[in-house]
Amino acid sequence: MSAQALVNAEKGTSLWADAWVRLKKNKLALFGLGVVLFLIVIALLTPWIAPYGYEEQNLELGATPPSAAHWLGTDLFGRDLLTRLMYGGRVSLAVGLIATSVALLIGVAWGTIAGYVGGRTDAIMMRIVDALYALPFIIFIILLMVVFGRSLLLLFLAIGAVEWLTMARIVRGQVLTIRNQEYVEAARAMGLSTPRILLRHVVPNSLGPIIVYATLTVPQVMLLEAFLSFLGLGIQPPQSSWGLLISYGAEVMEDYPWLLIFPGLALSITLFALNFLGDGLRDALDPKASKD
Amino acid sequence: MLLKVDNLTIQFHTRNGITTAVDNVSFAVNSGEILGIVGESGSGKSVSCYSLLGLIPMPPGKVESGTALFEGQDLLAMDQSQLRDVRGDDVAMIFQDPMTCLNPFLTIGEQLVEPLIYHRGYNKKDAKQRAIELMGETGIKKAAQRFDSYPHEFSGGMRQRVMIAMALITEPKLLIADEPTTALDVTIQAQILELVKELQTKRDLGVIFISHDLAVVRGLADKVIVMKEGQVVERNTTKALFENPQHEYTKQLLDAVPSGAKTAGKVSDTKALLRVRNLVTEFYDRNTGKPFRAVDDVSFDLIQGEILGLVGESGSGKSTIGRSILKLVPARGEVTFDGKELLGLSQKAMRPIRRRMQMIFQDPYASLNPRMTVFDTLAEPLLVQGLATRQTVEAQVLELMDDVGLARAAIKKYPHEFSGGQRQRIAIGRAVATKPELIIADEPVSALDVTIQKQILELIKALVDKHNLSMLFVSHDLSVVRALCDRVMVIEHGKLVEIDDTEALWMQPKEAYTQRLMAAIPSV
Repeated sequence: MSAQALVNAEKGTSLWADAWVRLKKNKLALFGLGVVLFLIVIALLTPWIAPYGYEEQNLELGATPPSAAHWLGTDLFGRDLLTRLMYGGRVSLAVGLIATSVALLIGVAWGTIAGYVGGRTDAIMMRIVDALYALPFIIFIILLMVVFGRSLLLLFLAIGAVEWLTMARIVRGQVLTIRNQEYVEAARAMGLSTPRILLRHVVPNSLGPIIVYATLTVPQVMLLEAFLSFLGLGIQPPQSSWGLLISYGAEVMEDYPWLLIFPGLALSITLFALNFLGDGLRDALDPKASKD
Repeated sequence: MLLKVDNLTIQFHTRNGITTAVDNVSFAVNSGEILGIVGESGSGKSVSCYSLLGLIPMPPGKVESGTALFEGQDLLAMDQSQLRDVRGDDVAMIFQDPMTCLNPFLTIGEQLVEPLIYHRGYNKKDAKQRAIELMGETGIKKAAQRFDSYPHEFSGGMRQRVMIAMALITEPKLLIADEPTTALDVTIQAQILELVKELQTKRDLGVIFISHDLAVVRGLADKVIVMKEGQVVERNTTKALFENPQHEYTKQLLDAVPSGAKTAGKVSDTKALLRVRNLVTEFYDRNTGKPFRAVDDVSFDLIQGEILGLVGESGSGKSTIGRSILKLVPARGEVTFDGKELLGLSQKAMRPIRRRMQMIFQDPYASLNPRMTVFDTLAEPLLVQGLATRQTVEAQVLELMDDVGLARAAIKKYPHEFSGGQRQRIAIGRAVATKPELIIADEPVSALDVTIQKQILELIKALVDKHNLSMLFVSHDLSVVRALCDRVMVIEHGKLVEIDDTEALWMQPKEAYTQRLMAAIPSV
């Protein structure tokens, strides 16, 4: 993600090489990584491997439970649920990963600079964050939509642009303590430039909370997308996403429970996998965490 | 016998196996007697006392064997509620850091009155009366006025007095003092030690005094046990132990205490490498915006090739002087390094000069980036200052590791895998990497055990000679300064009190403050 990209820009950082070695020893994290990669591959290949078209209806069939022809059953319009789940995954994963990356990029950069520079700069930057917090985000997104027109990419960016606020606050708090550490002072005494101090010393030492919060952000933005779509601000039927499938499934769960269960499972599995991966990454990036 | 501990063994059962923290330890204390327990960090000196009162986490800790008879009753056989009674009534403890033991939201008075009312059954008026008496007894002047002060309004030494007053509330028979003066300045330390001694005589207290500081123990204790790796290696009366140590380890400890003075006459040069004139550093109060002068109009010269000691008590501004010279904090005045004025330079213009002046920090646990290997830490200054290329850097780092006495095999390790002394070697390696001419060392050995301290001081001496370094050595430990420095300057409240050749200063301190400082030094 972005913090990784920032640090990777510094060649020869052994922290990341070491982290990979440690991550490989963590079975659960590897499993999580495998699941996430698997889901991404499926999402990319969906147009070619999906059993049906995502808007192919069969009104006579109606809602049927799982069968040989429709592994996960069909919805009220007779559409194949597996197909819709695969197409929905494309949207949900893209929202989750892109919006979270946007939030990370802005949040980490903003928080780091505010916390490290301090003083008036800090005060101004954090007041901007406060002001944006106070703005109802729906209005903010509607405004964006009105000005720029409705597009999927814009939706991602808009969600990311809302989620970075908390990230910025968390990072700033971390940086405030780290900038007073003696190793940062030592780096200054050594004549390191400020960007280098931030990349080599400050950001790597605040990664723990960043990664944890990032993994928590992914499900948050997936659900946010469902909410916006529900309001008609996001993607429109017959297109779909996991969030939308779940909210439709919830409406009819008493009569057609599979319409809720399978999208719910898909989302849960993704979140579990991301959490395992996130925890593994956090430990792998902390030399003190692994005792082997 | 007040307390008699026999064959105490304590183990910690952790994921990584079993560690024996205390191994078959026996000791005894009488009423009116002070037992000193001496040892380096990790020697089990604190655990052996804490376990008696059920104050170690169990599990992982476990008392494997032993008895601890306190007035005939075995503490180790008691359940938690009985132990609580013992802790509440008969045994009291004081700790190293008095600030963290006091509640910052309650006044000193409230904190003293509370146990009197709830444990001793006093009414409010009597409790206040008694609390003021106790404050007076522990040497807090104007006790009645200070009754309503908050902990932050007290200095470190005064807070420790409050802690002692609190410990005395229950009229204990045994006082366990765990490094009670380690965080205090030397003049304050002397006062607290005197107070402990006075109380012991007056109240017929038994005292267990745990310390790493041999000189302090010598001045206070009646008898001493020396602990190493969980075992008692030597026990004797204080006089006999210090005059005629038997065990190899005790000798090593005593030998490691810095003593004597540096042989003078090495510095023949008179050229000032560093000229400081009218240095002023101010900090602004976060709430009121009022300036506070941490360094107040200080002027001195540091001569090429000398080690200049900078001593003062905590809060005297001695560390700030070092940081101001390196432009790590903004300062006014004039700092000239090898003919170049520094304070007017921009941070960018300062960067190439930083190669020539480096810093060593006090806490080797905080001064190394926990996420960088030894290689990364040592390679960074070389690469940033353009003294190495990607191809040559590994060889240069290895050479540096040889210089500071680190095993080459450790190059890929992270800071937490090293001991404190080894970490300080890494930090020193980082400072000398760029072959600087001036090093500012801020309490580089204060966080280390005495035997390790000796090794690090020897390393510093060797490096100074080898690279013809000049050094500003900041320390609160006067014995260390005397053993290492050519000249010494004394700072009080940000002002320069006195600067002179080391021996001249020791033999004939001119200023009253210097004299007080000298008088307070405990010696072995």
